[in-house]
Amino acid sequence: MQATKQNDITDWLEVGELDSIPRLGARVVQTPDGDIAIFRTADDRVFALRDKCPHKGGPLSQGIVHGDRVACPLHDWKISLDSGTAVAPDEGCAASFPIKMENNTVYLSLIPNEGCPQD
Amino acid sequence: MKERLVVIGNGMAGIRALEELLKIAPEQYDITVFGAEPYENYNRIMLSPVLAGEKTIDDIILNDAAWYEDNNITLHKGKEISEINRASRQVIASDGTTAEYDRLLIATGSNPFILPLPGNDLEGVISFRDIHDVNVMIDVAKQHKHAVVIGGGLLGLEAANGLMQQGMSVTVVHLMDTLMERQLDAPAANMLRKSLEERGMHFLLSAQTEAIIGKQRVEKVRLKDGTEIYADLVVMAVGIRPNIELAKKSGIHCERGIVVNDTLQTYDPRIYAVGECVQHRGQAYGLVAPLFEMAKVCANHLAQHGIGRYEGSITSTKLKVTGIDLFSAGDFNGNDNTEELIFQDAASGVYRKLVVQDNRIKGAVMYGDTIDGTWYFDLMRDETDISDFRSTLLFGQAHLGDSGHGDDNRVVSMSDSAEICGCNGVCKGDIIKSITEKKLFTLEDVRAHTKASSSCGSCTGLVEALLAHTVGGDYSVAPHQKPLCGCTDHTHDDIRRVIREQELKSIPAVREFLEWKTPDGCPKCRTALNYYLVCQWPDLKTDDSQSRFINERAHANIQKDGTFSVIPRMWGGGTTPNELRAIADVAEKFKVKTVHVTGGQRIALYGLKKEELPVIWKDLNEAGMVSGHAYGKALRTVKTCVGKEWCRFGTQDSTHLGIELEKMTWGSWMPHKFKMAVSGCPRNCAEATIKDFGVVCVDSGYELHVGGNGGIKVRATDLLCSVKTEEEAMEYSAAFIQLYREEAHYLERTAPWIERVGLSYVKEKIVEDEENRKALAGRFLYSQKFMQDDPWKQRAEGAEQHEFTPIKKVG
Repeated sequence: MQATKQNDITDWLEVGELDSIPRLGARVVQTPDGDIAIFRTADDRVFALRDKCPHKGGPLSQGIVHGDRVACPLHDWKISLDSGTAVAPDEGCAASFPIKMENNTVYLSLIPNEGCPQD
Repeated sequence: MKERLVVIGNGMAGIRALEELLKIAPEQYDITVFGAEPYENYNRIMLSPVLAGEKTIDDIILNDAAWYEDNNITLHKGKEISEINRASRQVIASDGTTAEYDRLLIATGSNPFILPLPGNDLEGVISFRDIHDVNVMIDVAKQHKHAVVIGGGLLGLEAANGLMQQGMSVTVVHLMDTLMERQLDAPAANMLRKSLEERGMHFLLSAQTEAIIGKQRVEKVRLKDGTEIYADLVVMAVGIRPNIELAKKSGIHCERGIVVNDTLQTYDPRIYAVGECVQHRGQAYGLVAPLFEMAKVCANHLAQHGIGRYEGSITSTKLKVTGIDLFSAGDFNGNDNTEELIFQDAASGVYRKLVVQDNRIKGAVMYGDTIDGTWYFDLMRDETDISDFRSTLLFGQAHLGDSGHGDDNRVVSMSDSAEICGCNGVCKGDIIKSITEKKLFTLEDVRAHTKASSSCGSCTGLVEALLAHTVGGDYSVAPHQKPLCGCTDHTHDDIRRVIREQELKSIPAVREFLEWKTPDGCPKCRTALNYYLVCQWPDLKTDDSQSRFINERAHANIQKDGTFSVIPRMWGGGTTPNELRAIADVAEKFKVKTVHVTGGQRIALYGLKKEELPVIWKDLNEAGMVSGHAYGKALRTVKTCVGKEWCRFGTQDSTHLGIELEKMTWGSWMPHKFKMAVSGCPRNCAEATIKDFGVVCVDSGYELHVGGNGGIKVRATDLLCSVKTEEEAMEYSAAFIQLYREEAHYLERTAPWIERVGLSYVKEKIVEDEENRKALAGRFLYSQKFMQDDPWKQRAEGAEQHEFTPIKKVG
């Protein structure tokens, strides 16, 4: 999976303060192209994935975040937060989006990283 | 520099230990493996199907060359270690290759026992132990006709069957008067002999071999009584001996096997040993399940992780002869202190015997239909008190039939397209394919790869039976004490005890105290720990919403499209025009797509967006309605009939009691969902006898029933006792709920909980011990003081707003 180079991105979207996302939780950014889930891990890293499990489309933002993964609320598939790929032996992926943090503010790019087939 | 780990033995036990180690500490060691055989690691228990022509060598390779490479393991195949120099911590192979170690793992397995008979070194006399033996047998079968197998045990019969499949005429010579005497009693052994004879196998029982005769190649076998049998091939399958020569030579303490402690260390603490070469608490094992349990503990210790201990295994056996089903476990012969339960149906070829002592299963033998073998084995291992279902025990575990498979529909005779897991649509063929192609050994592996039995779990018995049938009986069973999840080695009960005794009051505190293996747990343990803390410390605010499943975080049920359902509480199943009007108004205002009446006498609104929930709740609150907790592991509903207020058969005011019960219990969190019902007479219109706690009113008072449920596995309740007054019914209900809350495992409903602990135990705690009953009820009522705060109202007033609103809207 090839992440888009952060320096190349010009259209960062301000999402909000880090603290508005619960630790080991997620919030949703609503866009015309569908929801994007913003996750926060125990050690305050943030990740952005299409809010749609590759299995049956479950909203990943509603799952339980643990380590670097989230468990889909519908059928408990585990998805890696950094790549969006399902943890083996399950197969599939949810598109990931470039995300960064500056002065405790989270920024997102709405152009997904390459590597995951778009739906 | 990394520490160096050297493994002597490239078999199942040694490599399993490495796999376990790589899972938990992939970077800790530089690993070198020596194997005497010129192959990668293969599945030795599958040699019988290879001999029978049902599988090829490639099919049974477990880890190919790429696996060793991917994991940076140096593999020396075909190199036997001849010396361990403990002073310089070095192993030396017979070809001169050396390797130095910081830790050494000996997994040299066992050697076949060769009878000290004249002629045992003739060409054509072999054992049945490795790929080489199998290749020899297959070659001989191409040119010769007569085979003699010495030994009518498990291995001997599998060899004999395989040789017969290869076209040879086979005679089994056995010292004892029945076959497999270490696994079977006489009736089962005779049934087995008959069915093998029908396939064309010959037997000479109570027969002792005197000599093997031939010039260069074997020609005949002579018995003590003078009988001579033609033989082009003799297979000795009379037992195995732990392979301890190397260890012994190196000064490591050995008795029958290499002596190890509970962490699988030998007398030299740098040196570990696992598998068939070891002797643990006086016991040596020759089946795969104990080896895997040892491997896990050993890996844990090598990784300096946790406190895993190996405490010995109870094993069970199955014969890998296609078309013959037999199962045996434990002490199946019994003694003066045991009783026997026997079911025998010669015509249909079914036999089962259970040996019971003090209402605990001590051993089991089954022939013909072994689907319940795993169930008996579990009961035996867990030492479950069977007195409550003793009379039906022999007929097997009823729930195996629940997903549409009757008792007579045995797992082996099912077609490949038969659906095993109804939840995930997994067929028998899919499961077998995964087991064989992906080389799966454990129930957990099968669940991960096929999803079978990973949802409701009712087909677990079937999946276990398939696993046993496919890989042979000695597939890896779960350890005696099941840990809560993969993040810890501790059991539910241990964890609850530690929370109580050490006064641990947060999930991180529990994880730290018990040395969790993962930094923030997994969905399984976080939700369980959260419940255990809420139950133990009701008056502290321990609840961690991020450790709750979405339904309990959002106080609504998530649906397949990501929308939610809302079900307000209707006390005892009653409602009013005012409430109905409010529900109708909400349904119209929010354009609810589906309005549905539930099985628990409530009205459900479907298809609501998460953002809308607090607003809907506000409207419902204003009409006096609160959360129905239809989404939680919690008190769900109390269902009632109208009772004597209206019904001409009613004996008591069931509606009133139902409402009182619901007022007392609503808002309480439980290990799993909990449903109640009160029926006004024995006609039982409220279906109280399939509820977790059900009351059936009778003229003289109230019958209290426990442990029922509809759903996946329908279970009718057991009668707890009868009481005279409503007050008593309330007290018993509170006490029963609290006992369940305090002692059941998270996600265990009352039905399996009662089956695990026994109805007698529940009666002892609640019916027979008044003081304890009152104490339990008191603890429940105390806890309820902190639970009965409507979560909808809090959120309608703005609590947890982040849960219900997007962080940002674009476009």
